[in-house]
Amino acid sequence: MRKMLAAVSRVLSGASQKPRHGFAMLPSLVSISRLKQSSHLGLPKCWDCSHSLKTRQASRVLVASRNFANDATFEIKKCDLHRLEEGPPVTTVLTREDGLKYYRMMQTVRRMELKADQLYKQKIIRGFCHLCDGQEACCVGLEAGINPTDHLITAYRAHGFTFTRGLSVREILAELTGRKGGCAKGKGGSMHMYAKNFYGGNGIVGAQVPLGAGIALACKYNGKDEVCLTLYGDGAANQGQIFEAYNMAALWKLPCIFICENNRYGMGTSVERAAASTDYYKRGDFIPGLRVDGMDILCVREATRFAAAYCRSGKGPILMELQTYRYHGHSMSDPGVSYRTREEIQEVRSKSDPIMLLKDRMVNSNLASVEELKEIDVEVRKEIEDAAQFATADPEPPLEELGYHIYSSDPPFEVRGANQWIKFKSVS
Amino acid sequence: MAAVSGLVRRPLREVSGLLKRRFHWTAPTALQVTVRDAINQGMDEELERDEKVFLLGEEVAQYDGAYKVSRGLWKKYGDKRIIDTPISEMGFAGIAVGAAMAGLRPICEFMTFNFSMQAIDQVINSAAKTYYMSGGLQPVPIVFRGPNGASAGVAAQHSQCFAAWYGHCPGLKVVSPWNSEDAKGLIKSAIRDNNPVVVLENELMYGVPFEFPPEAQSKDFLIPIGKAKIERQGTHITVVSHSRPVGHCLEAAAVLSKEGVECEVINMRTIRPMDMETIEASVMKTNHLVTVEGGWPQFGVGAEICARIMEGPAFNFLDAPAVRVTGADVPMPYAKILEDNSIPQVKDIIFAIKKTLNI
Repeated sequence: MRKMLAAVSRVLSGASQKPRHGFAMLPSLVSISRLKQSSHLGLPKCWDCSHSLKTRQASRVLVASRNFANDATFEIKKCDLHRLEEGPPVTTVLTREDGLKYYRMMQTVRRMELKADQLYKQKIIRGFCHLCDGQEACCVGLEAGINPTDHLITAYRAHGFTFTRGLSVREILAELTGRKGGCAKGKGGSMHMYAKNFYGGNGIVGAQVPLGAGIALACKYNGKDEVCLTLYGDGAANQGQIFEAYNMAALWKLPCIFICENNRYGMGTSVERAAASTDYYKRGDFIPGLRVDGMDILCVREATRFAAAYCRSGKGPILMELQTYRYHGHSMSDPGVSYRTREEIQEVRSKSDPIMLLKDRMVNSNLASVEELKEIDVEVRKEIEDAAQFATADPEPPLEELGYHIYSSDPPFEVRGANQWIKFKSVS
Repeated sequence: MAAVSGLVRRPLREVSGLLKRRFHWTAPTALQVTVRDAINQGMDEELERDEKVFLLGEEVAQYDGAYKVSRGLWKKYGDKRIIDTPISEMGFAGIAVGAAMAGLRPICEFMTFNFSMQAIDQVINSAAKTYYMSGGLQPVPIVFRGPNGASAGVAAQHSQCFAAWYGHCPGLKVVSPWNSEDAKGLIKSAIRDNNPVVVLENELMYGVPFEFPPEAQSKDFLIPIGKAKIERQGTHITVVSHSRPVGHCLEAAAVLSKEGVECEVINMRTIRPMDMETIEASVMKTNHLVTVEGGWPQFGVGAEICARIMEGPAFNFLDAPAVRVTGADVPMPYAKILEDNSIPQVKDIIFAIKKTLNI
């Protein structure tokens, strides 16, 4: 029976091997490079996990496919527009397959962030830890609207994007705990995680925006129809260098999608107290903009597809404001209730939670069953648990490597330690 | 040597008659090239060699460069490769760093390094530290270049030397060419380097011609970053300097030679990583050290050299404390007499050498 189901699963999933998250249309270079990295780091190959997962999934599909719809059409909120005649469509089709993918991904981000919260309180994670639970529709929805060959850069609330751009929960949690199995070998921490076509993870508020415009310049220079998603928050939106980037991106028609993730608070300062104009989607002035419901993943996806198509057509940059909300405080050292009420947080959780919204839609349109989604929850919890185990047990990077990675492509040299007798070798 | 010191003594305004054009046909053996043209050549050759190289900055394209360093490049390479930016240092430096992260090889020009202060976060936090923070995943192959330090009569906000500021930061390479050969070899090495490199040029040197040795006329002429050059051999004292003051040191050496004092003049060429081996070997030979720089004394390049000498084998060979000659510890004044006395002059260098040698 199992062999038959396995055979059926191969037929159903098609000839190409799907990468971990199943977003890429092509066998993803991301996954291959991650695979190489994984084996370099001594981690088990991820193909085995996903394959058995697929078998189980496929068996459920085989049994249940008679009962579920293949897809459903949903109405989504109309976006407010700035300097645009038309916006994204107000209805969208969600396939069962995509729905399950998005659900799993959002749940993974949610659980991963909650696990990070736990590890931080146990003092296994130190320093800065900025969590994005509540904002899952943003990272998953944006990824759903672009290709893996597109580029993305964001600020420090980056764990969700690090995952959607292709890194494993293991590598992310191990980087948070500062271990050698972390994606930056423990050298970067929460705010400095990088992946293919993902440029972090940036600690200086607003600095990532000109960087993103520069990546877009490279996209245009190379002529490959790629775009760069350049994210910043409502707090960062008041940084001067962002306006410098707007000007140059518009002047040179760079394929840059500026995205303001407006979660209503820049650290402890509400948007009303920080900005003379809180219409962040209009702040690009001469750059067209749209304001998007950032709690609805389908809205985010459609808006992203629209924005990406706009950029790819050579019209220049565009701005998206995603209206979203974070459940946690600014960081783990902020309880998050001195500048907002618990009632407000509770209201968002009960009325606008992105995972709940997707779940309700899928269940009510017969795209999935409650039990099926619960099973995904269980699998995700296990994945996170395993990753946390690894992140806690993996050793710290060896002291001898303290001086590594100062320069790229250079022969080894010596780096001074705390006094003149302590020397570290530096290897590229 | 006499020809060179003669040129350095001449008022250093732009002498348009001295400027030459292209040099890619067989050149006569005694070839004179200004520092400006050497940098221009270096950039031109690298732009031609690698499509990913491009130049951006204020007035670099249609104006031919604020100091004409990029003359002719826009005409040859066009809008895609030579980009005029608005006056937005933080913005365009960030754009340049982002482009480097995405695989291009930008040359980001600051009209002077004083303006780089507006963008210094992008140079340090976005460029210098990224390869390390990413655990070796994300290189940033970028060059930041432009005139550094004192000019003539441009006053306090336009005269600061940034060698110590940038030399402070791990992850950056910092070079400081003196003559034409330095300028061409170092800009080419900087462009080919996969790391962020700060090239501190000097406006007063742009118009100065130097003899260009045959090897410097090659398209693959590179000067290694991290290696100093002994410009003049000597036995009595080591004089270490970088950028324009190297010329003053050579002048001082010429004067002292007539009095029987032979100075070994070292042109650092690179600020970071500093070539301590060459300096130490020289001090171990001469037993005396004077450092000369245009920047302010506190926490400067000379201070670093002295500290390292104390930590290394050369300390035991010193017959006198190491001495620094620097810019005066004031914001640069405007009036000529004040400005002249705010930068190291040849007489100041001679005085310091004689004091060290106790003569």
